[in-house]
Amino acid sequence: MNTQALFGQLLIGLINGSFYALLSLGLAVIFGLLNIINFTHGAQYMIGAFVAYFLLNKAGLGYWWALVITPFAVGALGVIIERTMLSRLYKLDHLYGLLLTFGLALIFEGAFHHEFGSAGLPYSMPESLQGVQNLGFMYLPNYRAWVIVASLAICITTWFVIERTKLGAYLRAATENPSLVQAFGVNVPRMITLTYGAGVGLAALAGVFAAPIYQVSPLMGSSLIIVVFAVVVIGGMGSIMGSILTGFGLGIIEGLTKYFYPQASSTVIFVIMAIVLMIRPQGLFGQR
Amino acid sequence: MTFKLKTLAAAAALALSAAGPVQAQISGNVVKIGVLNDQTALYADLGGQGSVIAAKMAVEDFKAKEKGLNVEVIFADHQNKPDVGTQIANKWIDSDGVDVIVDVPTSSVALAVNEVVRGKHKVFINSGAASSDLTGSKCSPNTVHWTYDTWMLANGTGKAIVQTGGKTWFFITADYAFGHALERDTTEVVKKMGGSVLGGVKVPLQTQDFSSFLLQAQSSKAQIIGLANAGGDTINSIKQAAEFGITKGGQNLAGLLVFLSDIHGIGLDKAQGLILTETFYWDLNDQTRAWSKRFAAANGGKYPTMVQAGVYAGVLHYLKAVAAIKSDDGDKVVAEMKKLPTDDPLFGKGTIREDGRKIHNAYLFEVKKPSESKGPYDYYKLRATIPAAEAFRPLKDGGCSLVK
Repeated sequence: MNTQALFGQLLIGLINGSFYALLSLGLAVIFGLLNIINFTHGAQYMIGAFVAYFLLNKAGLGYWWALVITPFAVGALGVIIERTMLSRLYKLDHLYGLLLTFGLALIFEGAFHHEFGSAGLPYSMPESLQGVQNLGFMYLPNYRAWVIVASLAICITTWFVIERTKLGAYLRAATENPSLVQAFGVNVPRMITLTYGAGVGLAALAGVFAAPIYQVSPLMGSSLIIVVFAVVVIGGMGSIMGSILTGFGLGIIEGLTKYFYPQASSTVIFVIMAIVLMIRPQGLFGQR
Repeated sequence: MTFKLKTLAAAAALALSAAGPVQAQISGNVVKIGVLNDQTALYADLGGQGSVIAAKMAVEDFKAKEKGLNVEVIFADHQNKPDVGTQIANKWIDSDGVDVIVDVPTSSVALAVNEVVRGKHKVFINSGAASSDLTGSKCSPNTVHWTYDTWMLANGTGKAIVQTGGKTWFFITADYAFGHALERDTTEVVKKMGGSVLGGVKVPLQTQDFSSFLLQAQSSKAQIIGLANAGGDTINSIKQAAEFGITKGGQNLAGLLVFLSDIHGIGLDKAQGLILTETFYWDLNDQTRAWSKRFAAANGGKYPTMVQAGVYAGVLHYLKAVAAIKSDDGDKVVAEMKKLPTDDPLFGKGTIREDGRKIHNAYLFEVKKPSESKGPYDYYKLRATIPAAEAFRPLKDGGCSLVK
């Protein structure tokens, strides 16, 4: 086969993988620390893209501002959801959290769909990131290169904070035994709330990254979230590093499928998920 | 006593039938129109609620009430899935008394509904689906295909592009009935005109990321990348093609099926210069402008696509046929629709052929530059009018069994 084309597909797989990684990272953080399967994640990603759109078109604030403001704005929405709704469900089975977040996702998507239709809104790329690099085997748009780098940096930082810092240690301890950690004087409920907010913020950030590439549309999350869930399941629910590595890895596998047998490109991830679940039900990197 | 009762009943029955000559043959005393389309996903903006509004406008403009016809419009979401569409169509006809199903974009669903309606002898007026098989190998005595089809698109856009020098093609095709038909019909045109097809890739419906397929198109070195997809898929492929510098590398895109709503979503800066074929555009003449302004006012400011215009015109013609024969019997109504010449403000005068194909003009448009546009929805300039006689596949070439 054509090696040039192969390299191109690998690189594109890496770009898509960086979205999978960023989104599954947020899901993994929320599941790992809150035991909530956050089905609203796709909707929060979509809202992130819409916030970026509004900032540009209503407030005149461009892409870089959106990168900073959006995660906090949507994260705050997450905090409200956690405080008013999710926090009531921690004592119940996982299923209730799943149902609640799924319902919320439908409500958000329905509301945005009603307001903005399905074709989506255009969001133009920041000028400083326009243009392409000729790599010899393919043209790499500058913006996509930026997405890979930024997403890798964010993934590694998140992993570092949770696995290697004192704050992360508190968080992990609080999920193992909340009452003991609380006895040491740590405000566990607040920590949980902020963790959820941070996970949601990550989804929103991915939404801002996606806005210039895809249409800013109410459906952008729902078409991605199923794949991202598969990524999390393959990586092992709650495993931070697992979700990052699986995100990038599956992006590449999907890219290769698009080259060899494009008709299967939308299903290959689920085939892998089925195989992993049969051989290693806890996921590739899961411990539980 | 019993004799008296019997005569009374007979008299009453006689009086009833005399009182309402129109209602007499109308099942359930109401003509029920079911708009079946994509209400939420990638094809919702080109049909969706807009098609429901268009159908209601047709009922209003027909002045059904004043003519003694009781008409009701209902709608449902087929989610672009043939099984869902089949199930709704069956339920509508069997238990809800629906007489005519309209719109139905997504060719795979349309072909399924085509069979349901044929089996139950009702009426199917398709506006949203593209597959030319609906009036070809799968043609049905109960189906009218109103707005456009893949053969027309191939002969409009495809031909125009080959004529301007685009001889080598690579297809990015939506992997279902519609995409396959559009690729097939376009390939035929390209080859007939001395061009060649270097390759193609079949992509699952509702794909977010086209970069990988665009890359394959790029390495094929074809002059033209033919997009045999629609709606959200077309939007994403055109946007991403701009990002990957496809046109800078000397290749050109051919959007084989592009709707007004798609151009609105892409934005003129990325869509300018695209050549496309449609059978309706709001800014064609005074009548289309007046109707479209009314439509936009009811549709949250969004202007009509040709699919929505086709729903309006199709419903209007259907009601004319029902009123003419005073019956909603499916077989008879479609026969009457084919007999009556069509005339409406959006598509002008036309006819419906025996294979169910509605015949009218098609238009080759070019998307304006941002500097040429006066504002939202001022997007097209007319390059050529394809006369009705040439716009659609000749009757004898379709292989329809209804054509003797």
